[in-house]
Amino acid sequence: MKSIGEGLMNRAEQREKFIDIMARFTVYTGKYLPDDVHAKLKELREKEDSALATIVYDAMFEDLKLANELDRPLCQDTGVIQYFVQVGTRFPLINQIEDCLIEAVKKATCLGPLRHNAVEVFDEKNTGNNVGKRIPWIDWEIVPDNDEATIYVYMAGGGCSLPGIAKVLMPLEGYEGVVKMVFDQITSYGINACPPLLVGIGIAGSVEVASKLSKKALLRPIGSKNSNPRGAELEARIEAGLNALKIGPGGLTGENSVMGVHIEEAARHPATIAVGLSTGCWAHRRAVIKINAAMEYETISHKGAKI
Amino acid sequence: MSKRILTTPIKDADLESLHIGDIIYLNGYLITGRDDVHQRLIKQNKELPVDLAGLAVFHAGPIMQKIEGTEDKYRVISIGPTTSMRMEKYEKDFIPRTGVKIIVGKGGMGADTAQACKEHKAIHTVFPGGCAVLAAKCVEEVERVEWLDLGMPEAMWVMRVKEFGPLIVSIDTLGNNLFENNKKQFNLRKDLMVEDICQYVDYLG
Repeated sequence: MKSIGEGLMNRAEQREKFIDIMARFTVYTGKYLPDDVHAKLKELREKEDSALATIVYDAMFEDLKLANELDRPLCQDTGVIQYFVQVGTRFPLINQIEDCLIEAVKKATCLGPLRHNAVEVFDEKNTGNNVGKRIPWIDWEIVPDNDEATIYVYMAGGGCSLPGIAKVLMPLEGYEGVVKMVFDQITSYGINACPPLLVGIGIAGSVEVASKLSKKALLRPIGSKNSNPRGAELEARIEAGLNALKIGPGGLTGENSVMGVHIEEAARHPATIAVGLSTGCWAHRRAVIKINAAMEYETISHKGAKI
Repeated sequence: MSKRILTTPIKDADLESLHIGDIIYLNGYLITGRDDVHQRLIKQNKELPVDLAGLAVFHAGPIMQKIEGTEDKYRVISIGPTTSMRMEKYEKDFIPRTGVKIIVGKGGMGADTAQACKEHKAIHTVFPGGCAVLAAKCVEEVERVEWLDLGMPEAMWVMRVKEFGPLIVSIDTLGNNLFENNKKQFNLRKDLMVEDICQYVDYLG
């Protein structure tokens, strides 16, 4: 059965509308931080009183204000564009999403404007439009018996991607090995990655699953907890521990280090503990939009956004 | 407190009284140069198309927009700093080869750069990371671009800036290194924190 909205639009019109929404929402993602990140930064700013931490937080909030007033990307590194798509099997454009998202990125690159961030491997040429082999990166989740699409936009900047790491531990290295890897990486690479950071940890049986889950952990709203009570407790302990390092905004020391620590897991092999780490910078440009079969949208990450 | 403003061309004496943690602002020429520019000069031995002697280099890959109706004039949209540590491999050679006096970037640099700053009287400074529109507001004019074949982020953008900052001195001309000092503190605390958390993670029944 078709919804009323769908009946009013033919497939070509739906496609055009979808591309337009996603292009404009991608541009929007680069200009406005999501509500949860903005609120967390405000909270962390209030706890600082040292000269350097104050200067850095003042600069950050002035930058957000200017980005808004001048309608520009708040950080020059608008990243490699990644889309995490949760699509209902009955979403009318399910067959065309990949193609539409590629078009949306090209359009967003001009509209934004976005920085050109797709460099073809081996050829070492910047494509100039943020589209390249397998880029924009698209991650798929199929939702049965549903006619909507929920799409996460993530701008994977270079600075916040640099601390990324994954390895497979032997089980007797245990969760202690996970904790140690996270702390080693944050105190070496993390301090240069525009803290306060959002820390995503994936734990699984093999390296690609752990890596992917570490990025999905960054998509969760700040303040959300792991679904396992032990996982939630470990998140809280690592968060408190990282904050006690007092890395501060920009790595220049301060009262805190992170906006949060999120862990996502998949059952592991008995003989391996794979761990992945992804970090998000203070300018954590992660946005979520829900689009229904009538191509009406709701901006979940940015309530009431006018895109 | 009045703003401490340095103007290019920079002389050694302008820098010698600066210490890590000081805040300065820059007037004059600031030229972007990051991974590929360092690689071309130091590894590939290609001559730089811009003379950086006495000037400031910016570890940054901006968003630039061509001004409509012009052949090659650009305006800067967003231009925050990039991770300076990526240039650590070549900066010790880049400093004497170019005669650059101020390096602007994000996060710390290592011992080799600190040594080069000491030997050649240069400093490394950080602009608050991510604050790209704030930085763009301090750019008076994008005078020209070189090596645009490297793509927008890697090209050399020659800009005139006014009161560009705040710039926090992270390596001074004595070779003091703010981030390395901070790191020592973080690492001391890290060992205690890791030990503490590890008491609670033996989940095997």
